[in-house]
Amino acid sequence: MNDLLEIKDLTIHYVTDGGTVRAVENLNLRLGHGETLGFVGETGAGKTTTALGIMRLIPSPPGVVKSGRIIFDGEDLLTKSEAEMRAIRGGKIAMIFQDPMTSLNPVMTVDKQIAEMIRLHRDVDKAESLKLAGDMLELVGIKRERMHDYPHQFSGGMKQRVVIAIALACDPGLLIADEPTTALDVTIQAQVLELMKKLKQQFGASMILITHDLGIVADICDKVAIMYAGRVVEYADKRALYANPTHPYTIGLFNSVPDLDEDRESLNVIPGLMPDPMDLPAGCAFHPRCAYATSVCSESKPEMMEAAPGHFVACPIRGRERK
Amino acid sequence: MIRYIVRRILFLIPVLAGVAFCVFTLLYLTPGDPAKMVLGEMATERAIQEFREREGLDKPFLMQFANYVYKAVTRGDIGRSYVTKRPVMDEILAAFPATLKLAAFAIVIAIIIGLPCGILSAIKQYSIFDTAAMIFAMIGLSMPVFWLGLLLILLFSVHLRWLPPSGFDTFQAMILPSLALSAQSISMITRMTRSSMLEVIRADYIRTARSKGQKESVVIWRHALHNALIPVVTLCGLQFGQLLSGAILTESIFAIPGVGRLMVDSIKARDYPVVQGGVLFVAVAFSLVNLLVDLLYAYIDPRIKAQYK
Repeated sequence: MNDLLEIKDLTIHYVTDGGTVRAVENLNLRLGHGETLGFVGETGAGKTTTALGIMRLIPSPPGVVKSGRIIFDGEDLLTKSEAEMRAIRGGKIAMIFQDPMTSLNPVMTVDKQIAEMIRLHRDVDKAESLKLAGDMLELVGIKRERMHDYPHQFSGGMKQRVVIAIALACDPGLLIADEPTTALDVTIQAQVLELMKKLKQQFGASMILITHDLGIVADICDKVAIMYAGRVVEYADKRALYANPTHPYTIGLFNSVPDLDEDRESLNVIPGLMPDPMDLPAGCAFHPRCAYATSVCSESKPEMMEAAPGHFVACPIRGRERK
Repeated sequence: MIRYIVRRILFLIPVLAGVAFCVFTLLYLTPGDPAKMVLGEMATERAIQEFREREGLDKPFLMQFANYVYKAVTRGDIGRSYVTKRPVMDEILAAFPATLKLAAFAIVIAIIIGLPCGILSAIKQYSIFDTAAMIFAMIGLSMPVFWLGLLLILLFSVHLRWLPPSGFDTFQAMILPSLALSAQSISMITRMTRSSMLEVIRADYIRTARSKGQKESVVIWRHALHNALIPVVTLCGLQFGQLLSGAILTESIFAIPGVGRLMVDSIKARDYPVVQGGVLFVAVAFSLVNLLVDLLYAYIDPRIKAQYK
C-alpha cells in the first residue's frame, strides 16, 4: 500500500537581508494511511515550517521552497497550481494551529467560521452549512446554542475545540496539528488530546502531531520523527524508538525528561545550544553537542540509514553500533 | 446598550459645563472692551456705560457666568450677538450647514481616497505604489492647510481658471475647499489603514482562513479588512469631529460662511456671546460625533459590544 504522504529531500529557506535561514534541509518523511506521526523537536527545529510547507502556506517572501517533493495521495503538492492547492487545503489536508487565542477571527461568530470551511469544500447552501457547523460544534463537545457566539466568549480550551471543529469539518485525509495543546493548561490539554485521538479514529484521518512533549507522543502517536536543525535525525515506530533511542540527540532528549522517582537537584540537559540556522555547523549539525562525535561527523553530512527494520537514523556511528 | 447611550449623553453635561467655564474665563480675561468695539471709539462714556449695564458686563465675573448658565439651561438662550443683535443660536445655525457640508465632503473624499490607498499599500508592501503613497501621505500631513489652499487657488482658479476661488454655493466651488481640508485626513487614514492592515495580515486567524483553502481576495476582504478597519473607524470619527470644528482656516481662505469663519469674525469684533456659543456648539458636535463613533465601534467589534452594558 502506498503511503498517504511522502516528503522527499524537502529544503525550505527563509531568505532575509541578514542571511539565509536554513529552516528545513533535505527532509525526508513518510506517513501511512491512518497513522499518527509525532513530529518532535526543539523550538526552531523547522517543524512548523515543514507543516506550512505541506500546506504550501510558507509566507513568501521571505520563505522559499528550494527543492524536494511532497507527495500526497500520489501527487506532488509542490507542482500544484494555487487553485488546486486551495481545494486541497481544508478539504484534504487541514491544520490545527498552536495558539487558539489568536487563530480564530475575533469579529466572526464561530458557526460562520466553521461554515466557511464547509462551503468551500462541499456543495451545500448557506443554511445547510450553518446546520453542519452546529453539528461539528456538538461533535467537539460545545453546546449547539453557543454556535452564534464570538471567539472571545469562549475559554482557551473551548476555542481549540472550535479550531478542531473547523479542521475536521470537511473530513480531511490528513490532519496537521501544530502544538495544539501548548497554549493550554494541563487539564485542558488532556481533554483536547483525548478529543483529537477520538475524532481522528472516528474520521479515519492520518495525523501529523507537532510537539515537543514526548509524553504526548507516547500517548497518541504510532510513529515518531525526531527533528534537529531542519532535518529528521531519527524516524521509527513509537515502540522501537522509546525502547531503543539511537540518535545521540534522541538519547539526549529522553535523558532530559526528569524521572520522578529519582532524587536529583538538577535536570539532565544536552550541553550547548541549538545552532544558529543561518550558520549551521559543517557535517552533522549536532556534532558540536554530541558525545559520540568523531572527526567524520564534522566532515560529511550523515545519510539516513536503517539501523533496524523500520528504524531510521541519521548517524553513521550509532547506526552501525546498533547493527 | 440604551443605558450606555444615556450614560454617555449624561456625561456631556460636565464636559459642556467645563468648556463653558473655560471659554467664559478666557474671554473675560481677554484685553479689549466689547462695548468700545461695538459702539466705536467715538462712543460717549454714557453710551458705553449703558451698553455694559444692558449686557450685564458691569456685574462680577461669577455673577455673569451664573447668569449665562441660568439662561442657557432654563430658556436655551445663549445670548444675542453684540454686532447683529440676532440670537447667537440663529447665527450659528445659519452658519452650520456650510461647515457640515464642507466637513462631510472632506471626510468622504478622505475615506474614498485614503482607505483604498492604505489597503493597497499594505497588500503590496514595499512596492512602488506603497512607496509613492507613503511619500504623498507624508507631504499631505506636513502641508499646512492654508498653504495648500492657496496653492490650489493659484493653480486651479488663477492659472487654469477651472474652479472658482471662493464661495460654497455651487458644486464646483466646493471642490477646492473640500480637497484642501481633506489632505491631512487622507494622509492619516492612508497611513492608519496601511499599518493596521499590515498587522492584521500577519495575524494567526488570517493563516487559519488561508488554511481553509479560502481565496486570497476573500481572505483580505472578509477576514483582514473587517479587523483592520476597527482602528480606522475611530480615526475617521475623530477626523470628522476635527473637520467640523477645525475648518476655520479653510473657511477663511475660501470665504465660506461657516461656523469657523463666524467665530473668527466674532473674535475680531469682541462679539463675546457668539464666540462663547460657537465654542459650546463645536464641543457638543465633537462629543456627539465621538459618541456615534463609539456606537459604530460596538457594531463592528463584538468584543467592545460586550463591554457596553
